Amino acid sequence: MAFEFELPNPNTENPQVNLSEADLVRRSASSVPPPARQLTPVAKLIDVSKCIGCKACQAACLEWNDLRAPVGTFFGSYDNPADLLPEMFTLMRFTEWVNPETQNLEWLIRKDGCMHCADPGCLKACPAPGAIVQYSNGIVDFVHENCIGCAYCVKGCPFNIPRISQVDHKAYKCTLCSDRVAVGQGPACAKACPTHAITFGTKEEMKQHAEGRIKDLKSRGFANAGLYDPPGVGGTHVMYVLHHADKPEIYAGLPREPRISPLVEFWKGISKYVGMATIGLFAAIGVVHHLVEGPNRTTREDEEKAKQLTGSGRT
Amino acid sequence: MTAYDVEPGDSVHPGDPVKVDRYTGGARVNHWITATCLVLLALSGLSLFHPSLFFLTGLFGGGQFTRFIHPWIGVVLFFSFSGLFLRFWRANLWEHTDSVWLRRLRDVMTSHEDELPEVGKYNAGQKVVFWSMAILIIVLILSGLAMWDQYFGVYTTIEQKRWAAVIHAAAAVAIICVWIVHVYAAIWVRGTIGAMTRGQVTGGWAWRHHRKWLRELVTGRPKDHTKGAAPAE
Repeated sequence: MAFEFELPNPNTENPQVNLSEADLVRRSASSVPPPARQLTPVAKLIDVSKCIGCKACQAACLEWNDLRAPVGTFFGSYDNPADLLPEMFTLMRFTEWVNPETQNLEWLIRKDGCMHCADPGCLKACPAPGAIVQYSNGIVDFVHENCIGCAYCVKGCPFNIPRISQVDHKAYKCTLCSDRVAVGQGPACAKACPTHAITFGTKEEMKQHAEGRIKDLKSRGFANAGLYDPPGVGGTHVMYVLHHADKPEIYAGLPREPRISPLVEFWKGISKYVGMATIGLFAAIGVVHHLVEGPNRTTREDEEKAKQLTGSGRT
Repeated sequence: MTAYDVEPGDSVHPGDPVKVDRYTGGARVNHWITATCLVLLALSGLSLFHPSLFFLTGLFGGGQFTRFIHPWIGVVLFFSFSGLFLRFWRANLWEHTDSVWLRRLRDVMTSHEDELPEVGKYNAGQKVVFWSMAILIIVLILSGLAMWDQYFGVYTTIEQKRWAAVIHAAAAVAIICVWIVHVYAAIWVRGTIGAMTRGQVTGGWAWRHHRKWLRELVTGRPKDHTKGAAPAE
């Protein structure tokens, strides 16, 4: 079988930018008019069973985004760096897992990074207008000139993805190469992946492709192979093919049923209205009380009593 | 003999009208530093709480600077309020008559002072404000530290940060409401604000609102009494 989903080379003749402000469906702490057109939803599919852990995706990500992760220290794992960083948007996470059924050691490698949720918790939590946006093709992007560095997105994210730079105090994460997608390209990581474990296309295409992969895995004895496209966050625009889809957490803690935390829903939902209403109510009670009751003034009699008590002067 | 709620610097100056020293210069400076911090914190905090108030970040030089300065103002407030706490906590200890006073809140709100027990330096409402402020400020500084990502981000889990955000927001709403009560009471009860500006109130004000305190000041300082009274006799 030929390499499927070979990404086309760019059209350098007449590149057209096909992703603009007009394509926003959500904008943090503000609203956008409904877009005039609906872009085809895109998705990145990461087939964990095909990943060889070469980190070409990490290198491609650093190169395309012109980032330099600081030199780290070895801590006894293939993970490098140890965690996602403001300068490292994607990270291969290695897990050595003993399959209890077969007693085989399985080396699980999951490319971690932003999942581009259809219902993004980061965007919900963000207090800065326009610092986080969602395009109609599904890409969730951080707009750094609007970011204030508060790290609310960190609290909102169900996948623990955003990282705050201690250099410019802004939040960073995978952009799904929105700048490449805008000109008809796929993400740099997908372009670089030598085994085509990372593929990119429309969400429908990727789901179909995943179906074929899952069928293949099942025929090879991975009875629980499946697609990770969690409905709790409305589905994601980065999906995984997992050989053990019944146990996502064995892949370096991939959440089983991710959703925006109820605490964040409360904080960014009803508490905003109840909070402002409560403050308004207290102020209104004060105004009404003053209008009805009038000021509480000290009387002449009070002053006389005070003089009598202190024995000062005659009246 | 000094009553428990007579604070250093409190004294009566007989005359026409009688003047009563209520707050020392130190207490007033301490109060206004705290007040300024609280107002700035409310404005900067609200700007990040509700999107429609984000424009308030303009007062602080934009979103980034608001995010940076808010926690530092909080630190100043914490230490400033600690000063007020040390000055005022004794006089704010709860007494049985405070419960009686609170039960007759209707008389309080309708200015029927004569129906109420005589009040010391602070009435039950002021004490509730004092202790609410103290407790809420502790809650706010602790939850605030958990949200102060720049310096303390690594010390808490994300779930703890989420709790901190919810608790911080709830406590902030509560303290703003307490602040409204505090400011409204000072405006409604005429003659009060002078206590925190010039440090003095009139004897009539003290007689009307804090009669027990006035009596304590008069009986507890017989020398002041006679000295002040003598020239007028």
